[in-house]
Amino acid sequence: MPAIQTDSSPPGGLEPAPRRSSAVRPGDRIFSGLSKGAGITLLVIMAAIAVFLSIRAAVAISANEGNFLTTFEWDANANPPYFGIAVLLFGTVVSSVIAMVLAVPVAVGIALFISHYAPRRVAGTLGYVVDLLAAVPSIIYGLWGALFLVPQMTGLYSWLDQFFGWTGIFAYDNTPARSLMTVGILLAIMILPIITSVTREIFKQTPKAHEEAALALGATRWEVIRMTVLPFGRSGVISASMLGLGRALGETMAVATVLSPAFLINISLLESGGGTFAQNIASQFKEAGSMGRDALIASGLVLFLLTLLVNGAARLIIARRKEFTS
Amino acid sequence: MSDTVKDTVKSTGGRPAGSGAAPGPEGPSERPGATAVLRNTTLQQPRLPRWAPAALVAGSLGAGILIGVLGDLDSRIQWGLIAAVIYLTATFAVTTVVEGRRQAVDRFAASLVWTSFVVAILPLASLLWETIARGIPGVSWYFLTHSMNGVLSWQEGGGIYHALLGTVQQVLLASVIAIPIGLLTAVYLVEYGRGRLAKAITFFVDVMTGIPSIVAGLFVLSMWIMMLGFGYSGFAGALALSILMMPIVVRSTEEMLKLVPGELREASLALGVPKWRTILKVVLPTAIGGITTGVMLALARIAGETAPIILLVFGSNMINANPFEGAQSSLPLFVYEQWAFGTEAAYDRAWAAALVLIAFIMILNLVARGIARWKAPKTGR
Repeated sequence: MPAIQTDSSPPGGLEPAPRRSSAVRPGDRIFSGLSKGAGITLLVIMAAIAVFLSIRAAVAISANEGNFLTTFEWDANANPPYFGIAVLLFGTVVSSVIAMVLAVPVAVGIALFISHYAPRRVAGTLGYVVDLLAAVPSIIYGLWGALFLVPQMTGLYSWLDQFFGWTGIFAYDNTPARSLMTVGILLAIMILPIITSVTREIFKQTPKAHEEAALALGATRWEVIRMTVLPFGRSGVISASMLGLGRALGETMAVATVLSPAFLINISLLESGGGTFAQNIASQFKEAGSMGRDALIASGLVLFLLTLLVNGAARLIIARRKEFTS
Repeated sequence: MSDTVKDTVKSTGGRPAGSGAAPGPEGPSERPGATAVLRNTTLQQPRLPRWAPAALVAGSLGAGILIGVLGDLDSRIQWGLIAAVIYLTATFAVTTVVEGRRQAVDRFAASLVWTSFVVAILPLASLLWETIARGIPGVSWYFLTHSMNGVLSWQEGGGIYHALLGTVQQVLLASVIAIPIGLLTAVYLVEYGRGRLAKAITFFVDVMTGIPSIVAGLFVLSMWIMMLGFGYSGFAGALALSILMMPIVVRSTEEMLKLVPGELREASLALGVPKWRTILKVVLPTAIGGITTGVMLALARIAGETAPIILLVFGSNMINANPFEGAQSSLPLFVYEQWAFGTEAAYDRAWAAALVLIAFIMILNLVARGIARWKAPKTGR
């Protein structure tokens, strides 16, 4: 797109004869100032989030009797307060990683289905449906997960226990399946649409010439995809997965409804227990006193930094890719 | 038949066109027309009949159900998983035997893609189905026009009027804050922004889209309620929602403004129209359809947020029409509260409210996309 020169001096090195034409109009100055101000407001909000959370977190952490990183308990309302985020960090990371591992291959599959396998007319509708599903609120996923998915999982889990129970990770005691694994599965379902829609866009951008060249060499459809589409879209898939990971890390309601929380690290992913940052904040908030709130905010700060890191990395990959392709 | 077929596969070595040395079996191809001439030559590899994939799907589904019933597996998920595994291995095995290895890999990949599609669609379809089936009995005019005031958790009855009112007010307040800031930021990025500030804003808008809603809630909690000393209110919730809404508005508006052809701006500027009037009278009206779509999608997104509402609006059973003072409720929060009660009557209310919420959001989405199609910017070719 051509850059638009507005009221700068006329070209050709001529000295501006009428002086007022080079002067910025007051309307322009006000409008550009306003829009710049709005942009700066966004930056200020981001900074304010970090600052305010840090202030409250500092209050909580300095009063904390336990070690903020390694304590396995959450007694923030006690006097003196005693809490740590070890369990929450574990639960958050584990459930999100389960979600990623399950969702990314399936999402890549759907994206390929929409971009390369589905009949053209169906493909448009499918893309549209996927976008609609991204709009379903998390609380509804949570309600469905708690009341429909959890009872469905018990059979599957006792099956897993039968064959893989010896690993310890898949041990199962036939209690309701309100565990990190169920949370991971639900999160996987929730982040599918976002990963799919980003991946699909990237796959669509594969240069047609590459694909046609591969076809002309006699490649099968899968070989075309493996040789042209996947290498071209690799960084896109990585960044899409990280965006999905960011979503999964910060998801609150779906976890709060499905997980039966307990402040312990359970080696078995199928048995209930554990917790995540967001879930812990949502479920402890109503009982928290002022110190309890500060402690929750401290854990929120960790979550904020975690998602900032993941999202920032994803965006950097996308930005680098843009420079590379254009 | 399989003998001759194997023969061909061996002799052509899986290459796409045979060398002509292989004996000429009847290729099972059923394609009529031009290829009929070639049918008896060796130019064509043996291929599975066209009904083979369908037969494989049906067969493996049947096998999955059979194993499920015989093995007394109580979860349908297991039946489906078994069927999927049988389908994938059977496809690979059959194609390897008939068509050769390369084709087998190709078919395997295709069936994997199809399976992953089905695997993803099933839970989502189930989610919608459950919500509709369990929600419809609870939705009535009474449900929409009454609050939960005086209704105990195990009692039937009650309604969502207070929550509906709260959601609408909070979402409107949030958009009053977020839309101007979002629009102006997008205008800055597209029309004015050059250099490091614009780059920083672009990056942080992207990062801001990824802020968990509960963190936005905690921020407003620490600033508005804990530091400035205001109480719980719908407005506090709206503040958090507006933080979540801004980046979405910026992103979509930016995309739309970029689509406005530069010639339009140049034409207007050439007529001596000041830049700010060009933006207001030419650029924004051209993109207004897309901008409206983006804003409505953002509205749909924040209307379903629960986490900041729990922290900031607190929830109430009574109608509170003043969003600036006192606790309110909202639809997603209502669903959560009713779920938490854990009684049958409360579950029914939760499903019914979830249905209303989903309908609300889907209508916003559909209208938004309708506007997008109707008012797509005419960029020319």
